[in-house]
Amino acid sequence: MAETLLFNALREALDEEMARDQAVYVIGEDVGHYGGSYKVTKGLYEKYGDMRVKDTPIAENSFTGIAVGSAMTGLRPIIEGMNMGFLLLAFNQIANNAGMLRYTSGGNFKIPMVIRGPGGVGRQLGAEHSQRLEAYFQGVPGLKLVACSTPYNAKGLLKAAIRDDNPVLFFEHVLLYNLKENLPESEYLCRLDKAEVVREGKDVTLLTYSRMRHHCVQAAKTLEKEGYDPEIIDLISLKPLDFETIGASVRKTHRVVIVEECMKSGGVGAELTASINDRLFDELDAPVVRLASQDIPTPYNGLLESLTIVQPQVIVDTVKDMMALQV
Amino acid sequence: MVQERTVPVFSPTATTISREDGLTIYEDMVLGRSFEDKCAEMYYRGKMFGFVHLYNGQEAVSSGVIKSMRSDDFVCSTYRDHVHALSAGVPANQVMAELFGKETGCSKGRGGSMHLFSQEHNLLGGFAFVAEGIPVAAGATYQTKYRREVMGDESADQVTACFFGDGASNNGQFFECLNMAALWKLPIIFVVENNKWAIGMAHERATSQPEVFKKATVFNMAGVEVDGMDVLAVRAEAQEAIARARAGEGPTLIEALTYRFRGHSLADPDELRPKHEKDDWFSRDPIEKLADHLTAHNLATAEELKAIAQRIQATVTESVEFAQSSPEPKPEDLYRFVFAEDV
Repeated sequence: MAETLLFNALREALDEEMARDQAVYVIGEDVGHYGGSYKVTKGLYEKYGDMRVKDTPIAENSFTGIAVGSAMTGLRPIIEGMNMGFLLLAFNQIANNAGMLRYTSGGNFKIPMVIRGPGGVGRQLGAEHSQRLEAYFQGVPGLKLVACSTPYNAKGLLKAAIRDDNPVLFFEHVLLYNLKENLPESEYLCRLDKAEVVREGKDVTLLTYSRMRHHCVQAAKTLEKEGYDPEIIDLISLKPLDFETIGASVRKTHRVVIVEECMKSGGVGAELTASINDRLFDELDAPVVRLASQDIPTPYNGLLESLTIVQPQVIVDTVKDMMALQV
Repeated sequence: MVQERTVPVFSPTATTISREDGLTIYEDMVLGRSFEDKCAEMYYRGKMFGFVHLYNGQEAVSSGVIKSMRSDDFVCSTYRDHVHALSAGVPANQVMAELFGKETGCSKGRGGSMHLFSQEHNLLGGFAFVAEGIPVAAGATYQTKYRREVMGDESADQVTACFFGDGASNNGQFFECLNMAALWKLPIIFVVENNKWAIGMAHERATSQPEVFKKATVFNMAGVEVDGMDVLAVRAEAQEAIARARAGEGPTLIEALTYRFRGHSLADPDELRPKHEKDDWFSRDPIEKLADHLTAHNLATAEELKAIAQRIQATVTESVEFAQSSPEPKPEDLYRFVFAEDV
């Protein structure tokens, strides 16, 4: 076991997969000489050279299209979005080409590629650098959406995403890169389609992902002391949703609180709520509650920013309110 | 009135093209024209749907470039892609069946007119948004270079021809990819089919520099203009560009001055293009021009060319019969091909 920071866990995943398969390469802004904006690709340029760790000009839509074209013809590109938000500029290539081309081509081509990078609300980075692209991309057919949250799952999921034959949007969170965890010395992969039960409990199911997982864990510590027993599920796969794990939990607790960093309108939680109502309505003892970010551009001011995203105390209060409504 | 550009003069001789190559190209051009005429007929008879963009008049560009390439080279097209697909070797049956939305189509009826694909024929698409195919084509060339330099594959010397129109030449992806292709010496040929009109937007109204080929120079890339109504002229420039790309000497921008003989799509009333302009370009039919060259230099007789046209007509007729008699995709296959696991 070796204590590893999350960004290094990602780097190890890239390194291992690049060593394993010559078709795997990294492309993006400042991934080479600079080593990546969050140092996830540090040292890889020196090890694998210019073609395999490709520094691009600032041309998001075009270098994403280049990755698509190379994937169609047999390579396995990994795009780093310097900040995931910048990939709004690549929306066309991600949606029309990475996402839909296999279907439109009647199965002629497959597009094995990973699009990864830092997203989420950081610390006073301003609205444009605080994007949650998963909300925008969840409607695109053909894309898999995965969010990592710990060094362990970051490494295992990224390796699995690289080996997957589909386009995978891989979400990292700017505030989680320095999380530490002891990782196994031997190789492991995590399933892309499997949610993770973070804490077993019987009272209420907290459905969450990415950084909000850690807010839920923090809230659970408080709730625990007050006699509550929440179950925490880290979705991991934002599309498709793992309804096997979600269903098993809801059938046990009969209560759901969704805790996400997306804006409330049209976020992952909106889709999740609708799907739970579709599939598990009879199991619910209370309406699904969505805790999400405010529907506003993320403000720069620290106080306003903290009011924009969900805080652990809000999770505690929500669970207590829900539990007070005994059926 | 905007002055027509002076077309570069190309003076072919009897040895510019062999009889065999001349007939191959002639056949390809006639196939393109006959196929598109049949599409118009089928569209108006309600057999195909959606937006259908025909290639009539531009045949010299597709045949001149693609017939100069190898079968393992790549072709990337736009929404006006039927004839590029045919030149690339996709059988007329498969293209027609795709337009009919049938399971036997090259995209299994999932793509339609603007989304023709064939992995077997290295046809990368079929891209409906203007300029979005350019980066994809560049990506295929990145793959070729990568295979050669990283994986040590000596046989990786394929070239990619990327077709698009004058409208795309004002889009950022065009400039971004010229930059990266020149910077990285990618084996790509950018073929601008300047047919003067982006639906109703005249080229001169859309760009500060109408001579698109000149835009190559700022990227330190070879750029040439060519008479896009003269297949022998296009072929000569294409051969040079292909050789350059294959030798690892980087990309070329070819601006082919051409004209579409029909509206933007079959839904376009085509009210803006002046009659004298159309008449002028109609008089420069590229198929007639090649026929004249072949007969004038005794490379083929008029009877031989007529026989080719008749044979092609039969091929096109057969493609309609094939498309009509082909099965629809199965309802239970609605979700098939969303993910790579579906084969």
